[in-house]
This record gives sequence, C-alpha cells and structure tokens, in this order.
Amino acid sequence: MLLSLTTTHRPATDLGFLLHKHPAKIQTFALSFGQAYVFYPEADLERCTAALALDIDPVGLVRDRQGPSGENRALEQYVNDRPYVASSFLSVAIAEVYGSALNGRCAARPELADARLPLDAELSALPCRGGETVLRRLFEPLGYSLEAERLPLDKQFPEWGNSRYYRVRLSATVRLQDLLAHLYVLTPVLDDDKHYWVGDAEIDKLLRHGDDWLAAHPERDLIARRYLKHQKSLARRALERLLAEDGDEATAAIGPDAGGEPALELPLRLNEQRLATVAGVLREHGARRVADLGCGEGKLLGMLLKYPEFERLLGVDVSLRALERARDRLNLERLPERQRARIELLHGSLIYRDERLTGCDAATAIEVVEHLDPPRLAAFERVLFETLQPPLVVLTTPNADYNVRFPHLPADRFRHPDHRFEWTRAEFAGWARNIADRFGYAAAFRSVGEVDPEHGPPTQMAVFTRPLPIELAAEPSEPAP
Amino acid sequence: MNLSIPELSLVVLIGVSGAGKSTFARRCFLPTEILSSDRCRGLVSDDENDQAATGDAFDVLHFIAAKRLAAGHLTVIDATNVQPEARKPLVALARQYHCLPVALVLDPPESLCHERNRARADRDFGPHVIRNQHNQLKRSLRHLEREGFRHVHIIGDPADIAAATVIRQPLWCNRKQERGPFDLIGDLHGCYDELRELLSRLGYERRPDDADGAEPTYRHPEGRKAVFLGDLVDRGPNISAVLRLVMAMVASGNALCVAGNHDVKLARALRGRQVKISHGLAESLQQLEREPDDFRRQAAEFLDKLVSHYVLDDGRLVAAHAGLREDLQGRGSGRVREFALYGDTTGETDEYGLPVRHDWAAEYRGRAWVVYGHTPTPVAEWLNRTICIDTGCVFGGALTALRYPEKTLVAVPARREYYPPVRPLRPPEQSPTLSAQQHADDLLDLSDVTGKRILHTTLQPAITLREENAAAALEAMSRFAVDPKWLIYLPPTMSPPETSGRDGWLEFPAEALDYYRRLGLTELVCEEKHMGSRAVIILCRDRDATRRRFGIQDESLGVVYTRTGRPFFNDATLERDFLARLHQAAEACDFWERLATDWCCLDTEIMPWSAKAQELVAHQYAAVGAVARATLGEIENALQRARARTDLDPAATATLARLTADYAQRLEATHRYIAAYRHYCWPVRGLDDLKLAPFHLLASGDRTHFDQDHRWHLAQLARLAAADPQWIVATPHRTVALDDPASVGAAIDWWLALTEGGGEGMVIKPLAYIARGRRGLAQPAVKCRGRDYLRIIYGPEYTRPEHLARLRKRGLGAKRGLALREFALGIEALERFSRREPLRRVHECVFGILALESEPVDPRL
Repeated sequence: MLLSLTTTHRPATDLGFLLHKHPAKIQTFALSFGQAYVFYPEADLERCTAALALDIDPVGLVRDRQGPSGENRALEQYVNDRPYVASSFLSVAIAEVYGSALNGRCAARPELADARLPLDAELSALPCRGGETVLRRLFEPLGYSLEAERLPLDKQFPEWGNSRYYRVRLSATVRLQDLLAHLYVLTPVLDDDKHYWVGDAEIDKLLRHGDDWLAAHPERDLIARRYLKHQKSLARRALERLLAEDGDEATAAIGPDAGGEPALELPLRLNEQRLATVAGVLREHGARRVADLGCGEGKLLGMLLKYPEFERLLGVDVSLRALERARDRLNLERLPERQRARIELLHGSLIYRDERLTGCDAATAIEVVEHLDPPRLAAFERVLFETLQPPLVVLTTPNADYNVRFPHLPADRFRHPDHRFEWTRAEFAGWARNIADRFGYAAAFRSVGEVDPEHGPPTQMAVFTRPLPIELAAEPSEPAP
Repeated sequence: MNLSIPELSLVVLIGVSGAGKSTFARRCFLPTEILSSDRCRGLVSDDENDQAATGDAFDVLHFIAAKRLAAGHLTVIDATNVQPEARKPLVALARQYHCLPVALVLDPPESLCHERNRARADRDFGPHVIRNQHNQLKRSLRHLEREGFRHVHIIGDPADIAAATVIRQPLWCNRKQERGPFDLIGDLHGCYDELRELLSRLGYERRPDDADGAEPTYRHPEGRKAVFLGDLVDRGPNISAVLRLVMAMVASGNALCVAGNHDVKLARALRGRQVKISHGLAESLQQLEREPDDFRRQAAEFLDKLVSHYVLDDGRLVAAHAGLREDLQGRGSGRVREFALYGDTTGETDEYGLPVRHDWAAEYRGRAWVVYGHTPTPVAEWLNRTICIDTGCVFGGALTALRYPEKTLVAVPARREYYPPVRPLRPPEQSPTLSAQQHADDLLDLSDVTGKRILHTTLQPAITLREENAAAALEAMSRFAVDPKWLIYLPPTMSPPETSGRDGWLEFPAEALDYYRRLGLTELVCEEKHMGSRAVIILCRDRDATRRRFGIQDESLGVVYTRTGRPFFNDATLERDFLARLHQAAEACDFWERLATDWCCLDTEIMPWSAKAQELVAHQYAAVGAVARATLGEIENALQRARARTDLDPAATATLARLTADYAQRLEATHRYIAAYRHYCWPVRGLDDLKLAPFHLLASGDRTHFDQDHRWHLAQLARLAAADPQWIVATPHRTVALDDPASVGAAIDWWLALTEGGGEGMVIKPLAYIARGRRGLAQPAVKCRGRDYLRIIYGPEYTRPEHLARLRKRGLGAKRGLALREFALGIEALERFSRREPLRRVHECVFGILALESEPVDPRL
C-alpha cells in the first residue's frame, strides 16, 4: 500500500516539519501487522512528496490473526488484497506513523499545522464499495477535487471487467490534520470492512476524528454505519452523540438498512400479511399441533405462540444458523416453562422422512418449496403428503405472474437468488391439484397481498385438507374475506 | 433336578425373603443376567433395605430389563415377586419384547427362611413379614399360568434348590447352526406338478424313484435343503400330494417348512374346530376327504407343529410366511406368530375386501435377509434385504424359488390358473416402470444420516462421523446437492507431500516418493495434475439405463457433479450437450461393448479452471494480482525517484537501494503469480471451449474397478480420448519404479518440466488402486504442486525466505487421516451401489464424505 502526500506550499519541504519526518532520511516503523517506511521521492522548495509505504505481512495476517476473519473470510487466505490496498490497516498506520500531524501538533512550525495548504494525496489502490459515485459523495462535500482511475481486473481478460479498486488522487487546500483525518475515517468506510473487532471505543474514534466535519457531511449516516461495521446500535449512538447539540432526529435517519440490496417485496407488509393469513387458516381449521416446515427465523412460530389453542408448535429448518436466530428471536431460553413446552425447534430437512414430525394435525411450508431443486420436489411431496399425512397443509410460494410488477426485477431473474423456480398461477394450481389427486387431499387456493387484476396476488397459497372420518369432520368454513 | 427354560426368556424368581433366591441365581446365571431389586434400591438410595426407595428401584430395574430384552439377552429378576401386581409389569415387559416369561418359584419351609433372616444383620424385620409374604405366595401359585407365565417351575425341597440346574432350550425357530445352502420355495397351494418340476430344475432327485412303491422324497446331491415358506394347502388342484411330498422331505431332513395362515386354518379345521370355509379351504377339505384317516391325522399333526419362522445361517437368513420385522426375529410370542402368518396388517380392508397391509419391508433396516411369501406379486423383487417370492402359482402366475446364498431366482410357470385371483396381481399405486426398491428409495430417512454415526466399510472397519459434521452435511445435501439417486460417489480429499527442505521450494516430488517408499511400495504412477475443476460424471447409454440403474425417470443421460455433490453446470442445456458429446465418444470407441455395460461412473477434471471458478478467479485471484502489481509498481517507482535524489543521508541511500531491489523482486513474484493463474483461464463460449480429462473409470455394469491398477484405468480412458481428441484429454502419465534411481530421477525431471511450463504439478499414486503398505492403507494419491502454482495457494510472494520458513510448518496428519476415511467411504458407496443395495446404504457413505468435508482442515493442503 502506498500513500503519497504532496504539497506545493513554499517552502514545500516544510512538509517534513509537519509530518515529523526528515526529508533526507528514510524511516522504518514496526507495526503489529508489518512494517511502514516513510521516504521522500521528491523534496525541493517547490514541491515535496512524502511516501508512506505499508509492507503488511501476508503470512502473519493468516497465522497470527486475532480480529475478525474479514469479508468473505479474506483474512484467512494467503491470496489476499490487504497487503496492497488502502484499508483499516492504513488508518492504523496514519495514527501511528503520522500521529502528531493527525492531532494537529507541530512543535517546530505551530502556525503551519493550522494553515490550509495546497495538498495532494495519492492512494495506489483504494477499494470502493459503491464505486466512484460513493467515492465522490464522500470526498467532494469536503472540498476535494478528485481523480479516480479504476483498475481493470486483468488486461488479458477484458471480459472480466474492472475491479472494485481505484487509483485515487485527492487535491484541496486544506489543513494537513484534516486531510489525514478524512483519510483515517473514510478509507475503511469506502472499503466497508475492518480488520479488528469494532466496539464502543470505535464510536470515540469516529467522533474524535470526525469532530468538526462529520456532523455537517451529507453522507454522515452512511459513514457512521459503515465505519461501525453496520452495527445499528453503535451507529445510532454515534449519531445521537454527534448530533446531540443540533437536536436532529438521528434515529429516523438510520431506519431500515439502505446499504443492502433494494428490498423487492416491501418485505414487512407482504410477509406480515402472509403470516397472518396462514395463522387465520390454521385457526379456522382448528389445528392444535402445527409443524412449520422451513421455519427460518421463526416468524410464524412467534405469531402462533400468541394463540393458546396451538398446543404444540414444531419448527423445522435445514439451516443451523436460521434455527439459532429463531432461538434468539423467540427468546426460547427465557420463555415461561409452560410456554416453552409448547414449542420445539428441530434441525431437519424437508426431503428426508422424519419420525419426529409425526402426529401433527397441520403442517405449513411458507415460501419454502421454491428453494428446492425441482428434482428433489418428488421427495418433499412424498415426505409431507405420504409419510406425514397431516390433515391440513398450508403452503405458500411466490406468484411468478406478479413479477412484472417489480420494477427492479429483470425478467429472467427470480425474487431471491436462492429460488430454484417460481411458479405461475397456472403452474402452481396444476401442481397442487396433482398432489391432491395422488395423495387423497382436497386443494383450495387463496391469495396473499394486494391482488393485481391482471397478474394476481404477489403470493399464492394452497390449503390442502384430507377428508376426515364423517363423525370428526367439521363444517367446512368460509375463507376469510 | 433339571429346570428347562427357553434361551431367551424373562425369568421371574418368586419366593419369600430368605428363600435363597439370590444364592440360587448366582449359582445358575451370569452375574450380568441377574437384576436384583435390593441392588437397585442401593443404586438409587445407597441403602439396599430402604423400603422408601422401592418405587424408584423398580423403575430402574424395569428400565434395565427392557434394554436387555430388546437386545435379546436372557434376564433374571431377583425380587420376592410374591404379589400379582409385582409380576404383572414383568409379564407385560416380556410380551413387549416378545420373550417368554418364566416363573421360578422357590418355596422352602417357612422356618428355614426365618432362620436365615435372623442370621442377617441387615434384615431386622419381624416374623410377620415373612408370614405375610408366604401367604401371598401360596395364594399366587395357582394363578401363575393364567397371569401369562409360559413355564412355571416350583421347588420346595431345600436340597432340590441347592442341586437344581437350569437347562437353556433353543427356541423352535432357532436354526442358526444350519448354514445351507438352501432353496426357499414360495406358496404352493396344492400346485404339485409345478413343485415337482421346480424341484427337479433346482437339482433335487426323487428317492426312491417313481418305480418304487415306497414313500418318495426328494434330496439334493449337494446336500442343499429346501425351505417351504408355508401355505402348502387350499385353492389348488393337488393338496394331498403336496402335503405328502413336503412332509416326506421334512421327515427325511431334506427340507424345513414354516407355517402359513392357510396351513394353520386347515389344521384347526382338521381338529374339528369351527372355522369359516372360505379362501379355498373347501378344496383342501374335499381333497383330504378322499385320503385315509391315517394320512389326515398325520397331516393335521404336521401342520399343527409348523413353527412361525426359522432363523438360519448364523442369523443371516430368516424364512417366514409373511415376513418378519427385525425386532421379532428369533423370538417367540403370540405377536411374532401373528406377524409371521399374516404380516403387518393395519386392520383396514381394501376395495377387494382383503386386509390392507402395512409396508413393513419398505422400513426394514435389519441385517438378516428375510425371504417370505403370502402376498402374490407379479415378480419377486428385493426390497431392503427382503424378498417376497410368492408369484401366485395357483392364480396362474409362477412357482418361484430363491437359491441361497446365491440369491438367484428359479421360477416355473403355472400350467394354468387354478383359482381366480381376488385382486389383480400388480399393486396399483406403484409406478410400473420402477422397481419396488427404486420406489422405496425415493424416500430417505433422516435417522439414517443424522446424529453421531459409525460407518463400517471394507477398507476401514469403523469410521466415526461427528454429530455436528452430519448436521452441516444435511444442509449441504438438502440445499445444494444433486438428486441422491445420482450421488453414488464422492472423491476423497488429497494430501500434499511433507514440505521440502530445498531452498526456495515448498513442495518437491522427492518427499512424495519417499512417503511411498517408507511404506514399502515399489511401483507408482505419476499423472499430470490438471488444473480445472473436479467433476464426477455418470453417463448412461440410454434413457432406459438411466431408469433401470438409477431409478430416475427423466430425459437425462446422466449427471455431472462437483466434489461436494453440487451440479457442475448451472445450465441444464450445457449439461445435456456435455453428456451427449461424451456419449458420442463412448459410442465411437465401442466403450459400452468392451465393458459390457450401459452406464459408467468417471472421475474427471473439467478445464479451464475459470469455467467453474470464474467468480473466484476474477474477484479474488485477478483482483489481488491487479492491486499487487499496481501498488508494488508504484512503490518501486517512488523508491527509484527517491534514490535519484542527491541530497540524501548516506544511510538512507543504502536502505533505499536494499528496498528497491526487494520491491523489484516482489514485483517479479507478482508477475509470476499472474502468469500462473492466467495459464488456467481461457474464455468459454460453449461446449467446444471446455476440456475433459477423465482419470478414473470407477464403475460400470455391476462392478467397480478398484481391483484394476491405474494403467488399466488410463488405458480405458485413453480410448475415449482418442475418439474425441479435440475435447477429451488423455491424462499424461509415467510409471515409476522406486528401486530404480533413473526412473525416480526421470519422474522428478518430468515434474520440473511440467511445472516450469505452467502446469499445476502431478499426482503420485500407488500403481494399484487400493494399496496397503507397512503401516496399513496407503494414501490413494499424493499431489505435488509446482512452485509457481503454489503462489495461487500461498500468495504471490510466498517464496520469500521469511514467508517460506513459516509456511513449511504445516501438519499433514489430519488431512491424511481424512483422505483415507473419505477414500474408504467412496469405495464403499460404489461397492454397495454395484451390489444394488438400497439407496440409503449408498447414501450414508456419500453423506459421510460430505460430513467429513466439514472437518476443519487447512484448506491450502
């Protein structure tokens, strides 16, 4: 990693005083993750450049790592961009190597530290999540003019396109202290990652180095969120402290995470409608023991738990992580004993026969089938409808006809990258009727969400019932409006 | 005095305190067979006489008794048991586990018991206790049989108690010492002509022959024994003759016969009981009416004595009329007999008025082969080690025999329909083109793969899978893997050699060769390691083979999947075209004919690397190359500019010179790194741009090819390559004789040339596919990677001495242990598939490999 600072202030060699690094020397600094060198490729009265070269030990990163494993576990790999790019390692190096300059101290030339000087900063490779737009949105409001050159992945393979790295040159007339503080904060923000664990101390750092500019920065929310590694509570507290004097409403600014993918389905509304409809159907049919197949984080279970008529709730999911989150969300460990006894989470798979699920009088599969590869559907069908045979099955899946209503969804894409298929209404109805015929069920259909007159509802639902012996069969209830 | 008890029974000792039960038990049974209530009281309360602990003590006693009986171990209950309510749960327990309850009453004079109790310091209760117990005992004695005890022994004389010996009687069904060979024969129903024809086709000879007047029997010159699966009688044309023949064969020791439901009903009728004359019983009674009284009596006696089932051949074979669940095999109870005669009925009836049967065979997990009849089926088919060989001879089907241990079928068609079938022979719900096993294999059971499991393979006797690894595999298998019916093999992981001590080298062939030399192997093969993506390919000759061999009914000719079982191609059309082109090559070189097969399983590499790993190549490897080159170049440039200055400190000049040289070297290393990954990338616009390098022909037909050496594998696959040389690569290789220094040197030179030309390196294998050395199973392969290739693994600059010194420290033990376990499981999976075992038996091995892959092992090895 190389950071070059250039000034054309006269005498330009004053840069040496500001940085506390003698222009005639080369200085070496031992850092916990490698070495840093400061030397001057040019140093005369008109123009002076100080180069900070970071030599990060790639083997040490893997073998002596103590912090998080990095995005995509990059820090567990020897083939790793960290030694070559500007990242949180650069921030640490700035604080250690240019510490006094960063804090605005200059014993030999105190007036220089306070002076706005013509300064250039060049970074050999800066990873930018969000590309040049974000790069400009971060630096331009601070008064920098900016040159950014995007690095191609490999010139021999132009079809691979460009990398997420930019060669960047920032120019402004600015206090050196501020330039370093901007780089200190914004480099890891652009990279959107950190090589160490982020906690409360990180709020202090952000506020210290963002003291006089962050509050007024139009991207302060993005900066706080990324700087604090997307930990919402940290970002909220940082913004509260930052804006305390302005009386601004900080929490509203944070809101739902705007940094992720644009949410396609208006997730809260549709999902809540879906779950409410499912709960309604279960109650109409008088279900008492319900297995939620593919329960995910347990949203449906949490809703059903509120109704005392559900005596036994089984949540099954194939993902251990999802079950872990469900355990937390449902607060299982802290439920009162009687409540706790009603619910059980099981690690299982919908395509294996599972003895533990027998004896339920209803099963739900909410937005689940579309995650199964078509060749595995046959197993799912037999597991559910042949071996478990619950008297009631409620199943929902996206309606592919409706996808045209999502303006951001390309025609050849599904709503979620893990969807293996999405059925049109006709396909779904055909499938469900076939199931009903083969396994002796009756199938009825319902809509979930606002129904488009042409394309139908966003979510389609099938309710499968098995005819009970006559004395047990209840009057078929009317579907809820 | 001899006390005879069944070998598997629940022996309930009954007697007052001081009757000598414990002494008797210690003398006649193993210490582990005796469960004493006093001991259990001690276990839960530290005081064997603490009456307050009695309830808990009996909970413990019943729990242990249940575990022992479930496992088939004789169990003795040492407690007073003088009250009926104490005995009742024990009788129930025996029933639950299909064991016979035995009452063993010790009833010495009361005075003797008083005396003994007085002599014991821990028994300080008054004489009224013994008196009460004795009264209860006396009241009990008459009712023991009614309570359910099948054997009751009462001993009163203290001398008899001291001298009595217990004789353990084998159960009627236990014929484990008979090891065959056997010919098991399905339901006869009076089909005498077909029986005679079948016996003669099986090689049995009539003795004495027809000419003699004596009672004929059939014997096999090689000492084979026939096992009749019951239902000799009813419906058919020649019931008496069948009975006469079977009775003679059983009497002369040439056959065994188990009871069928029709036989039992006829026996009851012959004894004059009231039975409903239906389902062909009328024919039996009419035909027997014509026989002399003597024969009728003999027949009734014979039918009466038929046992419910036989356990044969050391427990490996079970013969029962309607089959038998594992937990009932080798046991004796009413429920066992019920099941063996009628099967597992649900109590409902179908549209023909016949009982609906629970499909016990679909859930059968037992180790014993179960051969049965009772349910007429059009073809006899294996399902989970069970087979029904009743092919409905009397209904115009055929009379079928199963030869054991050969497990081949011999059938004689019925000469005509003697009795109209009540229900059409084919069960309607089953897909007509899949076998019963394939239909059952659609459903795999979670309990067959999850939890801590120990798998037994031919190469490694016990492979333990940890619960958390199985859990990880469940997600991978459920969400990402191809249909388990295709997933019959996964390749094992491969270890590199020990690190090289050579300056500047991390891996070098010498260490790999030394590894095999140390094991005492002499012949190796070195194969070029292709740098692409590992792929397992299953190719079928036609759609019929796909269905027949894999039970998959779609249009595909096979599958291509990765080393973790995922589909290799995201694009179904590309996969179809890929298989079609390979199929063409196979046809062109007479691949199918030469191997006499209609399918094969290949272990291959598909190139280029960038085809499958495009994301990884571009966003990790190329990205790092791009920034490394940019940054190192700029630093080098800045250093050069600084060096050009004239106003520098002398010390700075020296440091700059050193750093400039250093960065120039690092830049050079980066260029080599970029060249290394570029070598494995080329644009793929379609099928033609891919290259396929097969190197193992794992299985075809009904066999695996692990008994063939690697020369054979490569030769077979080279023919395939020759049929489409533009697209299929014959793997370059050479053999090495470890005792010949020239041969070893040539192999190393070959590796140097390969890797200097940009190749990944080579894979070194014992010449034999499965090789054992001095320390057991040898690694099936060791990879030795080239110096520049390793930059992709260990970073562009790994060759710098300070890096290399640390990288040399790497442990191979875990990786090699894993490689052997995965190798053993992969071979086991394919062997089981070749033996046409149920899919779950194949799946558990493949699942195990996936589970092992979640073991934390350094991914760079």
